[in-house]
Amino acid sequence: MTETLFRGARLLDPASGLDTTGELLVRDGAIADLGQALGRPDGAEVVEAAGLCLAPGLVDLRAATGEPGAEYRETIASLAEAAAAGGITTLCALPDTDPPLDDPALVQFILRRGEATGSIALLPYAAATRGCEGKEIAEYGLLREAGAVAFTDGRRAIASARVMRLALSYARAFGSFVVQHPEEPTLAAGGAATEGELATRLGLPGIPAMAEALMVRRDIALARLTGGHVHFAHVSTAAALAEIRAAKAEGLAVTCDTAPPYFDLNETAIGDWRTYAKLSPPLRPEDDRQAVAAALADGTVDAIASDHQPRDADDKRQPFAQAEAGGAGLATLLAVTLARVHAGELSLLHALDLLTARPARLLGLPVGRLSRGAPADLVLFDPERGWQVKAGQLPGKAQNSPFDGRALEGRVVGTWKAGRRVFGA
Amino acid sequence: MSFSYPVLPDGHLLAIEGLEPPHIGALLELAESYALLNRSGKTQRDLLKGRTLINLFFEDSTRTRTSFELAGKRLGADVINMSVSTSSVNKGETLLDTAATLNAMHCDLLVVRHGQSGAPALLSQKVSASVINAGDGTHEHPTQALLDALTIRRRKGRLEGLAVAICGDVLHSRVARSNIHLLTTMGARVRVVGPPTLIPAEAGRLGVEVFHDMRAGLAGADVVMMLRLQRERMSAGLVPSPREFFRFYGLDRAKLALAKPDAIVMHPGPMNRGIEIDSAIADDPERSVIGEQVEMGVAVRMAVLDVLARDLRRNA
Repeated sequence: MTETLFRGARLLDPASGLDTTGELLVRDGAIADLGQALGRPDGAEVVEAAGLCLAPGLVDLRAATGEPGAEYRETIASLAEAAAAGGITTLCALPDTDPPLDDPALVQFILRRGEATGSIALLPYAAATRGCEGKEIAEYGLLREAGAVAFTDGRRAIASARVMRLALSYARAFGSFVVQHPEEPTLAAGGAATEGELATRLGLPGIPAMAEALMVRRDIALARLTGGHVHFAHVSTAAALAEIRAAKAEGLAVTCDTAPPYFDLNETAIGDWRTYAKLSPPLRPEDDRQAVAAALADGTVDAIASDHQPRDADDKRQPFAQAEAGGAGLATLLAVTLARVHAGELSLLHALDLLTARPARLLGLPVGRLSRGAPADLVLFDPERGWQVKAGQLPGKAQNSPFDGRALEGRVVGTWKAGRRVFGA
Repeated sequence: MSFSYPVLPDGHLLAIEGLEPPHIGALLELAESYALLNRSGKTQRDLLKGRTLINLFFEDSTRTRTSFELAGKRLGADVINMSVSTSSVNKGETLLDTAATLNAMHCDLLVVRHGQSGAPALLSQKVSASVINAGDGTHEHPTQALLDALTIRRRKGRLEGLAVAICGDVLHSRVARSNIHLLTTMGARVRVVGPPTLIPAEAGRLGVEVFHDMRAGLAGADVVMMLRLQRERMSAGLVPSPREFFRFYGLDRAKLALAKPDAIVMHPGPMNRGIEIDSAIADDPERSVIGEQVEMGVAVRMAVLDVLARDLRRNA
């Protein structure tokens, strides 16, 4: 029997609304008790946490691994290291790897590799279509049995309305949902930045921002038609959020997430050809950034995901249009989200809700909360501690942070997975 | 001619955007003096003596490369031409490898043309040489805008207040972008004319007036600047056919008649005769200044090399 007692921490549980200074006792990997003055059981390790926040470990809805196929960018081991440093204890991995995760054996492979890290619950999505090619739907039943958390083609939009209809419809039989990269691909083809004045000045091929809302609108109509559940990933525009808000008001099974770059940065971050800020979808004008921040506050957004896309230096040291899109996001997920709290736009509990309980609920997982009997997946952080993001010094392999140079307030001090410390001294 | 301040403050010429009127004015003054020198048949072979100029072209170009070569040689530089066939380039990968090679060669002045916007800027961060952008993707072609401005100024005596119509494929044109920045900075009134599929998003935010009707766009213009229409724009479906394009956006006598009677016609070359410009106009010595543009190209490039070499000496 192993026991750990956290003392003097500000306990934050968004699921129950708990926000109080107290103690939390972990026994054998689960939360045994929480409250005031629990007393120290014999042999329990004590973590003095005065002035620090203790919250459920973060649940990241969307991150790419480099494994299998691009281990030079990120392995599952390096991903787990970066996730632990970011306070993430549950992470959903995208299936558009090489080979794509469209077979039950591949899903099981990822699960086994995740277990081997011992520090993270790595939950693979399976491909929504075979080979993530957008043509035929994959074996959702068998893939679910193998442990797939849901279905998506990752960075690729499911372009065909017919295929999307079938996917949404068929996924219902297995109580699952389909995650869409909301971008009309024929409008986005060849684009490197959001269409507009900046892209015009830089001479970069543009993607009209409405390519996002167009796909969102179509898929909402398909969700209405099929009764299926569609989830839109990394939503980045005011227009798409308005569509999603209306669909939710209508009672459709529509959910969405966004990622820190879309509420913290705008398109000017790519000025001077900064390829680290080349993302997919591309960074947007300031109006859209503000709309995303507002949608965090008003509940339209269901979760904040890291949208981690590991890239190596050679992927990025290219002329802008040729550089690979994607940003590293694990180590900065919490601190960039906390910037919205420090700005007074979100309460701390609300911000943590978007990082823990709500994504957990979306996935139907028993994590993301501080309650007796729940797994002791925990993050301890100092909400005030300042640090600067420095590419080259981030945990894990991927160093391609769009936040390179950004000064942040809020730092993870320790991470526990099922009661075992996986980050911090 | 001497300047009390750096004309190109960052030691490179990567773009017109960001240059102030005094910078542009100083470059044009110096270029004017080189134009006179070139016509007199004299040379100034000591200015860049012992300096190495490398023409690094990732895209085919005869005109621009030759112009830089001539400019460098007239100032006494050792000029080397490096053509890197795009097919052998594994994307931009070799770009930085090339930078390392150039550093090892102690190149002083590097003239770069590349198919990707921003490639010269990327190179400038990695090489010790002064970098001159000789055209990058659909971003900028600064020396073209300078030579166009010099040509206009010689013909019209000024830039300020002139109505300049830039016509055709503005969307894909680095020449258009550099000209828009330069001419608006110098107080000209710039119009862009073309079908909506070939006008960049929010072009109006660059300080120009947008016309889709060429007749309206040319009305009262002092300068008509035609752009090259690449054939692949038609295969991409941005323009239905050459004959349709010529009918509505090609420069012919009837459309030119709407401009001022003394309007000049410019083209950065190479021309697609019968697509964007009628041969009769291109070859009309009364209207076309296309030959003079080429002549001014050498003078402008000499001025740019001169100015950057002054900074090289300052830093030496």
